[in-house]
Parts: sequence; C-alpha cells; structure tokens
Amino acid sequence: MNKQYKLVRCTINGKERETMVDVRASLTDMLRNDFRLTSVKKGCEVGECGACNVLINGECFNSCIYLAAWADGKEILTLEGLEGPNGEISDIQQAFIDEAAVQCGFCTPGAIMSAVEILNEGRELSDEEIRIRMSGHLCRCTGYENIFRAVKKTMLKRLAAASGNRQGE
Amino acid sequence: MYDIKALYEAESIPDAVRLLQEHPEAQIIAGGSDVLVQIREGKRAGAELVSIYGIDEMRGVCLDGEGAIRIGSLTSFSHIAASPVIREHIPVLGEAVSLVGGPQIRNIGTIGGNTCNGVTSADSASTLFAWDAEVELTGPEGIRRIPIREFYIRAGKVDLKPAELQTAILIPKKAYEGYHGNYIKYAMREAMDIANLGCSVNVSLTGDKKTIRDVRIAYGVAGPIPMRAETAEKTARGREVNPETVKAFARAVLEDIHPRDSWRAAKAFREHIAVEMAKRALTTSITLAGGEIRE
Repeated sequence: MNKQYKLVRCTINGKERETMVDVRASLTDMLRNDFRLTSVKKGCEVGECGACNVLINGECFNSCIYLAAWADGKEILTLEGLEGPNGEISDIQQAFIDEAAVQCGFCTPGAIMSAVEILNEGRELSDEEIRIRMSGHLCRCTGYENIFRAVKKTMLKRLAAASGNRQGE
Repeated sequence: MYDIKALYEAESIPDAVRLLQEHPEAQIIAGGSDVLVQIREGKRAGAELVSIYGIDEMRGVCLDGEGAIRIGSLTSFSHIAASPVIREHIPVLGEAVSLVGGPQIRNIGTIGGNTCNGVTSADSASTLFAWDAEVELTGPEGIRRIPIREFYIRAGKVDLKPAELQTAILIPKKAYEGYHGNYIKYAMREAMDIANLGCSVNVSLTGDKKTIRDVRIAYGVAGPIPMRAETAEKTARGREVNPETVKAFARAVLEDIHPRDSWRAAKAFREHIAVEMAKRALTTSITLAGGEIRE
C-alpha cells in the first residue's frame, strides 16, 4: 500500500508549527508523537472518555476522533499551553489540586481543557450549565464533584477579579 | 493510526462530487464521530474516504429567500443550538441536538452526518421529521430537494445516489410558523448515551388557544427508521385543548409505532414510555403555544 502524507501547518500552544502527517493519523497521534504533548491522553480512542480533549479554534474536541490532516490552518491549545512564562501552573490547575479533583490523573488534562473553554467565555454559568459542559469526561476515580467545585471556584474567582479591575478603573 | 486506505479532501461542493465520481468506492466523512469510530471497530476498516469536513460553505444557519430555515449540512450541533435563527424560530431543534453525546461530540458532530447515517436513534432526526424538514442533495445531475421522510429508506440506508452528498436541511416557513414544540429523550445516562426512545411533538393552536389547529409527532427508535405517528396526529387535530384530547392522542401512538426488543430496552417498556412521552411532550408544546389544559 502506498502511504499518503500531508503537510500540516498550524498553531500549537501559541507557536506556529508544521509537520508532515500520515493521513491515517488522528490529532492525538500527531500531538503526542510529533510534538511530545503527552498531556493528550490515549483513553478510549473512540470519542467517549474525553481524555484526549484539546481546544481547536477555542472549541473542545476529542482529538482521538479528529484527523490530523484537518488540523491544517487551525489554532490548537493543549494543557501544556497553560504553562506560565516561568513554568507556573494556571489558576484552574491549582484549583484542581486544591479541591482534590485529581486522583489517578488520567482524565485531568482533558477535563481541565473543557474547564478552559468554559472559563474563556468570561461569564457566570449556573451549576447545571457547568455540569452539562463538563459531562464529556469519564473519571473512574469518581471525582466528578471535586472537578465541579474546582471549575466553579475558578470561574467565580476570575469573575470577581474582572469586576474588581473594572471598579478600579 | 486509523485503518484508512486513502483520504481525499474536498475543497468545495463541486470538488466533493468530482472526488466521489473518481472514487466510487469511497465513503463520505463529515465530522467523523461515527465513521472514525466504525473504522476503529473494524466495520469500515480499509476504507477510502472523501472528507467534506473542510467545505465551509456547508456551515451555518440562515433564512433563505422564501423564509425557510436553511441549515448547512456541516453545521455542528453546538452551532445549531447557539444559532439566533434556531433560537427564534425552532428552539426545540437546538434543545434536541443539545442532547447528542457530550460537549466535544456536539462540537464535531454535524446534522448532515446525523441524518445521512440513517440511524433511528439520531437525536436530530425525530425533530426534523416532526417539522416536515426537507433535505437538499447535490450530485452530478445537480441539486434536488426531498422531504426527510422520503430520504430515509431503511435502517442505515438513505436516498443518496452515487456521487451525491447532502448539502443542506431546510424547514419551510409554513412548517414552522405558528408552531411550538418539545423533544424528550429517554436514555439511561444524561450524557454520552443513545436514546432508548426519542419523541418530538409540535402544535399550532387556533387564535383563541382553545383548539388544536395542527399537531405533529415523530419518534426515534420506535421502528427501524425515525417515523411520524399519523394516527395520533389525526386523533388530536381539530380537537379542543383538554386532558381527554391529550390522553386520546397519547394512546393512539400505539397504532403507529412498532419498537423492538433490544439489549437497551424491551418492546413493552418502549411502548409504555412512548405513550407517556407523547402526553408530556404534547402538554409542554401546548403550554409553549400559550394554551392551557384545564382538568
């Protein structure tokens, strides 16, 4: 069989990158193998568990059921992209630690990227909305309640900081 | 890695038609949340794929010149739910597609893929049946438009001719104007699950809100393909808005549906909940339409 390749140019975690992908590759394969972004986990590989979740143009996608070839021209954000300039972790990652929303950690990067999509909206979501928006992740350590608390706490903190800034102006 | 023989990426609708003509064995891939999973399972392993995912002209919701709601076949479920046109004219479709899978699936899954795979449990399909939707198909001979009820042939089989693709779904103005609807999905989990039964109802009431001018009801998983329950519709059409009408309507669905036993649910159970879902969905639809059901 003749192998078929495609040159993919995209932005990954703020940097312009390019790589030649085998058209049979999933985006999970590309991110892990070509860029060593191992926060992108291989879980179910059929789009059910959410462990491979990344942001593409600001929206959440399970990268295991997304062809690497489709990433051409896209802006991709993985958990590694949340790292601060001096290697600091972000507020949402800290909240996951503080709320004990991490146990084995396998679902955590994917779950945090869903939280990032929510937090980027910059509005207050109801408890029900947060639960729905986080529902695409399976956590076998039964940490859903702690994950919910971490997301809600970070959302409220960011909103309070934003309104504090507005009042200061 | 997926077991894919070759991938051909279409850049436009004519390009897709040309690629499908050049590669008659190839299968269409839209968002891939069904096709890629089936390849992973081995069902479509070794397939040649024509990817239409990059055709942006097939995305978005708008009103066309005749006032019909036009949904590009590649519009994702989350974009349908967020569309101002959908929210204003047919909010129930946004609600129905918000029950598909989970958030990430709703970002990749497309309404065209949901209807073209011909599956009875598709959360969008029963609502599209209940609103007299039409599908636009583009192929080598040009464009044709057929009612969605004729598009479904049998389980897993839709009326796509060689080298043809579905390019839009339309809901004509006369099919949505003055109607209010409700969709109920019955499943074991609240997310990432497939419906045991889906029921979509909509009504149009007379000016005084006392009589049912028109009512439409459709089910998913009540048979091999999505279906309308016409006996129930006839039973309630033109009747006064009251509890007896609702009850008679709900009972009559059993004349139309023929669910089966499966590992998800027994036939008897599906029939039982079908009646209850018809009752609740009609009651909600009447309330949304401004009617009142007095005991």
